Amino acid sequence: MTQTDMTDPLLQEITGPTPGQMLRKRVFGHQGLLIGSIVVGLLLLVAIFAPLLAPHDPYAQSLMTRMNPPVFLGGSWDHPLGTDHLGRDYLSRLIYGARVSLMIGLIAALISGVIGTAMGVAAGYFGGRVDMVVTFLINVRLAMPVVLVALAVVAILGGSLQVVIMVLGFLLWDRFAVVMRASTLQVRGREYVAAARAIGASTPRVILSEIMPNIANNLIVVVTLEMAHAILLEAALSFLGLGVQPPTPSWGLMVSEGKNMMLFEPWMVLIPGAVLFVLVLAINLMGDGLRDVTAPENRS
Amino acid sequence: MLNFILKRLGLAILVAFTVSFISFSLLFMAGDPAVALAGETASGEDIEALRKLYGFDRPMLVQYGEWLFSALRGDFGESYYFRLPVASLIAERLSVTMTLGVCGITFALLTAVPLGVAAAIRPNSIIDRVALFLSVAGQAMPSFWFGLILIVLFAIKLGWLPPSGASTPVHFIMPTIVLGYYAMPAIMRLTRAGMLDVLSSDYIRTARAKGAPEMRVLFRHALRNAIIPVVSLAAVQMGFMLGGSIVVESIFALHGAGYLAWESIARNDLPTVQALILVFSMFYIVFTFLADVLNAWLDPRMRSS
Repeated sequence: MTQTDMTDPLLQEITGPTPGQMLRKRVFGHQGLLIGSIVVGLLLLVAIFAPLLAPHDPYAQSLMTRMNPPVFLGGSWDHPLGTDHLGRDYLSRLIYGARVSLMIGLIAALISGVIGTAMGVAAGYFGGRVDMVVTFLINVRLAMPVVLVALAVVAILGGSLQVVIMVLGFLLWDRFAVVMRASTLQVRGREYVAAARAIGASTPRVILSEIMPNIANNLIVVVTLEMAHAILLEAALSFLGLGVQPPTPSWGLMVSEGKNMMLFEPWMVLIPGAVLFVLVLAINLMGDGLRDVTAPENRS
Repeated sequence: MLNFILKRLGLAILVAFTVSFISFSLLFMAGDPAVALAGETASGEDIEALRKLYGFDRPMLVQYGEWLFSALRGDFGESYYFRLPVASLIAERLSVTMTLGVCGITFALLTAVPLGVAAAIRPNSIIDRVALFLSVAGQAMPSFWFGLILIVLFAIKLGWLPPSGASTPVHFIMPTIVLGYYAMPAIMRLTRAGMLDVLSSDYIRTARAKGAPEMRVLFRHALRNAIIPVVSLAAVQMGFMLGGSIVVESIFALHGAGYLAWESIARNDLPTVQALILVFSMFYIVFTFLADVLNAWLDPRMRSS
């Protein structure tokens, strides 16, 4: 038996669990995080393998099979979730819609994350005038009504996937800036930062190798929450007709198209909205869970 | 205190000017506003005439200065689409949006605060779980979808409520619920966290030790302190909600300022859009200013920061 065999119960009792085991216990012990991650993971797989999973072409119209009901409302298995007003297969459009939502969420969160983190870390680290300017910019950004500005800009530049992603990316950096500024302020005064400065590390190096790793957990939490925010906003913009344009399969757009048939075919609104709700719920559960798991006060 | 108010007011004014500049420059994002205004079939002469008529041929800063100066006097120019003064258009529509906003925040507070308090009194109880569920679901709920579900359920299937319009108070019930539910999760969470925090503090223990009745401890001692941050959050949420009313108003066909924003964006009516962005921002700025002042008044520690 080797001395470092951590599976030995006696040894484990003396030394206690390893950090890795503690992390695993926290992660698997957190129901919300577990459920959220599984659902997000599954939807991510659906988005990636959409061409393999979709039973039909999401753009293929068929005037013979318009507005067929889903299987559970008496439809056929050829179109498990029915067809829309142009005869396009609803399930296939939902599957491709996962691509649109997740892509917009991920890229918009990345863009706003880079902008907001740069601003927040600079404000927290340098303080003084830099902090004043960043705080002012955050105030300006918060004062602008997001939906209204996003709608106006998309309307001016023309609705396309790229435009929606850019607009959301350039609008949603406020929470990143706020959280990263506060986190940097907390970390800035720690001994290891002072030590790094004392051995002559340059400012970029202190920020990248001392500050960033220690605030990364908060960053990941904000990335997930803003991703959910961006997905909801895209759906709302597309619903209002000023986001992703038809025939792109966006869940918000599907709700909007189904709205006209709502009186007789409420499932056309219920299904895409429910999928959107589940995805955003799962991302939020994951984000909240990550916050609980990585918060130092829960490490006892 | 006066010092704090003056400083905060200065910031608010500076933010307001910056926002006004950004919303004005939207006009120039599309390139030449005269071309956009003239439409696709216009000839070069038409465009030139429009440019002269609206003064687009002058430097942008001059145009901004002029626009701002008139805006300060309450003149936002004329709507391209409605051919009416933008200011009177907005003033006419604002009452619906304000009614909706006030109803929405009242609904949010009336549901979120009692739930938050009940959840904090017994953490991990059924009530706490229900409150948590409602807040998590509320954060993920697409408000346009929630609104449509309510219409299907209460207007189409049950026939209890009118699906759209704003003619009677009954018309405001569903929009209020949708808008209020949007603000509820944050308020509920903050109330719960604040109450949990306060309930474990020394002065609550003192109040209980001296034999104060539990209701008195909860409401006179605990809630009064826990509610301070909630008040300012509610003000901030109110500002957000007015901006978010655009979605709710479009679902329920409430002809308020949000609906006007949607109409004017869809019709490329930029003077109206600019003015609406500024007006909604001003509401947010005023609400957060009032919230900060109120906070500083209630909690002297806030004045120093």
